[in-house]
Amino acid sequence: MIRWLFAVLLTVLALPLAAQDSMPPAPYAYNQLADPRLEAEASALMHTLRCLKCQSQSIADSDAPMAGDMRHQVRARILAGESPEAIRRWLIARYGDYVSYEPEVSSTTWPLFAVPLLVILIVAGVLLRRLGKRRSDGDDAGAAA
Amino acid sequence: MRKLTLWLPLALFAFFAGLAAYMLTQEKDQFVESTMIGQPLPAFALDPAFDGLPGASRADFTGRPKLLNIWASWCLPCIAEAPQLEALQKQGVEIIGIAIRDKPADVAGFLARYGNPYARIGSDRISEVQLAIGSSGVPETFVIDGKGVIRYQHIGDIGAEDVPTLLAELEKAQ
Repeated sequence: MIRWLFAVLLTVLALPLAAQDSMPPAPYAYNQLADPRLEAEASALMHTLRCLKCQSQSIADSDAPMAGDMRHQVRARILAGESPEAIRRWLIARYGDYVSYEPEVSSTTWPLFAVPLLVILIVAGVLLRRLGKRRSDGDDAGAAA
Repeated sequence: MRKLTLWLPLALFAFFAGLAAYMLTQEKDQFVESTMIGQPLPAFALDPAFDGLPGASRADFTGRPKLLNIWASWCLPCIAEAPQLEALQKQGVEIIGIAIRDKPADVAGFLARYGNPYARIGSDRISEVQLAIGSSGVPETFVIDGKGVIRYQHIGDIGAEDVPTLLAELEKAQ
């Protein structure tokens, strides 16, 4: 019984490794575009897209098969003449802002950008009031003397 | 009043520390949901994943609402959901599969071992269609209505408890 369980466990453990490795990567997953200018465009874009499997990496940095397939999409579309911005929009339309590895200003993320600005404005206002007050206090003192 | 404002920074700090502690204890949601719900399926035509069944294309999604199952023979949770897909198929649901990064022999082997609930299976060797519909992993199951519009997404393997939900979503998509 134990031996049988062990055998089942072994097949289950070996199956995904063996199968996933046996599939060759997409043509442009690891191959650069021949034109260096296009490759530079593709590479810049790949650094701004999030790998959906390994969520703290860009697709440029990830070895996950799905990241390879996303790199293929990016390079193939650049080669077909699509602009990097259009490819970004295409992916964001499918996965939301989450697929962007670069902060995007949108209806849900604008407070992230607005709050620091607001804080700076408030601090500047408080500082101006205090410093202005002190200066006018000083003026008063000078006038009195 | 003055005393209160003195305590305010500490209170704020305590609030954020508490919030951080609370968020750390919450389970992290790793799922990336598709933002294609309510959108029509993009055009695609995939070759058969193996000899036994026809391939899959956008044109197959006409008539009654159907399930689009994104899976792979190398995917372990796909084994777990196989009985549920079979149960859905027995209830008359048409399931169209898309096999991700898969080989014909592996697909045939998987179906021989765990049953075949599919009407068609297309082979997506480079995750092209998967990316086009906003799916971020295997398995995922989409409810597609008779006009080819994506109506619902189930992420992860289908448990027995998810079958009624999917049937209800298919009903809703009529």
